[in-house]
Amino acid sequence: MDATSALKRTPLYDLHVELGGKMVEFAGYALAVHYPSGIMKEHLHTRTAAGLFDVSHMGQRQLVGPDHATTARALEALTPGDIAGLGSGRMRYTMLLNAVGGMVDDLMVTRTAEDGRLGLVFNGARKAVDDAFVRARLPGVVDLLALEDRALLALQGPKAAAALGRHCPQAEALSFMAASPASFDGIACHISRSGYTGEDGFEISVAAADAQTVARALLAEPEVLPIGLGARDSLRLEAGLCLYGHDIDETTNPVEANLVWTIAKRRKIDQDFPAAATIMGQLFDGPSRRRVGLRLEGRAPAREGAQIASRDGQIIGRVTSGGFSPSLNAPIAMGYVTPAFAADGCELDIMVRGKALAARVAPLPFVPNRYKR
Amino acid sequence: MSQTRFSKDHEWVRLEGDVATIGITRHAAEQLGDVVFVELPEVGRSLSAHGEAAVVESVKAASDVFAPVSGEVLEVNVALTDDPAGVNADPEGAGWFFKLRIANRGEFDSLMQQAEYDALVKES
Repeated sequence: MDATSALKRTPLYDLHVELGGKMVEFAGYALAVHYPSGIMKEHLHTRTAAGLFDVSHMGQRQLVGPDHATTARALEALTPGDIAGLGSGRMRYTMLLNAVGGMVDDLMVTRTAEDGRLGLVFNGARKAVDDAFVRARLPGVVDLLALEDRALLALQGPKAAAALGRHCPQAEALSFMAASPASFDGIACHISRSGYTGEDGFEISVAAADAQTVARALLAEPEVLPIGLGARDSLRLEAGLCLYGHDIDETTNPVEANLVWTIAKRRKIDQDFPAAATIMGQLFDGPSRRRVGLRLEGRAPAREGAQIASRDGQIIGRVTSGGFSPSLNAPIAMGYVTPAFAADGCELDIMVRGKALAARVAPLPFVPNRYKR
Repeated sequence: MSQTRFSKDHEWVRLEGDVATIGITRHAAEQLGDVVFVELPEVGRSLSAHGEAAVVESVKAASDVFAPVSGEVLEVNVALTDDPAGVNADPEGAGWFFKLRIANRGEFDSLMQQAEYDALVKES
């Protein structure tokens, strides 16, 4: 009867069902796309108070080597980021690059307190690909461990720190993109000040067996509502953040994806990351397409796959993520266009059901980030 | 006196004389979630049964609304253009989509009665 019954379940599956979540397939897991409050309310609640997300489908991994320098070097061979220079308890956004500079996945890397260990978080749908990709390229002294018995929760929004702080006093002192072992009402966990919404917030990694206790305690806080995948997507789109498999994939490189900031200065000088010659060439000469934000006139959203045209009717790109922004009460999208049309304010058309909808290139993020710096 | 029938695509049709008022069912509106945009057919257009008639977009996705019966569009609910959330507020009343002058009464008669539709929703 239930189309989601054959899917993998996160440690919070029963809680999602109990909360009235509408369960759908995502990355092979049964997850809630929304709860009875609905995407619009869940989205706006996260922007004004705090929302709890189950992101346990994501791949929690550890890269384990004899010391930080060795482990960092192993990861730097696969990414353009400065991993060696990451301080203890600090985290960074980076991506695994293939031989042509395409993105195998985007991920968060955390230097843990234990020397030689890096925490990685892969996209749920890319876990198997990433594991094989990384393992095939690691030196013998570095190993990749899958932390399969753990849940990952995200608490996001301007009131996340206050809500989490009542259970986990260490949380409020953490700065953006910092991580630390912590205690949540006596339960051992690992928290980071990070997220995927553009808001201040935290991600909490906890043993699967303790996940429900932590989630229920947070949901009991007056600021917190459970938030499904639908609002997760509209929140990250407003924040201008890429969704793997849509805005970025194995055929897009960091220059095209407007993620040049992830290429560390030292790595640019040394040109020692995968496809460095191609990527540096595009950095100097410009890529053949570029990811941009798009605002549409009117209320009709443009969805993934919609063609982008110049005002004189030439097809110059494609929408990779599109929807309706609850915060702006207007449709927004991201897509790739040829560089001549990538400047902020450039007027374009997006083809929706055979009609040209007027749009213009808009700066990202659509909604200002409110990270705790 | 009006009669109401339902399509398997989760539209309702209320017939008064030869004028059918059409919208999406409460079940459909709940499944869609918050409606943010409705594209309605042009007045005067001829719709054929099962053909695309309107589009309803939620935050997450676009869905087609099919004409449950054939006919000519007499009127559309322009209030939904400015307030698409009206679909969620009262899907089987003020949230109607369009009115048709029906071409074939038989098409209406072949649609589901309330009890049959309720059973379909229960199964899904």
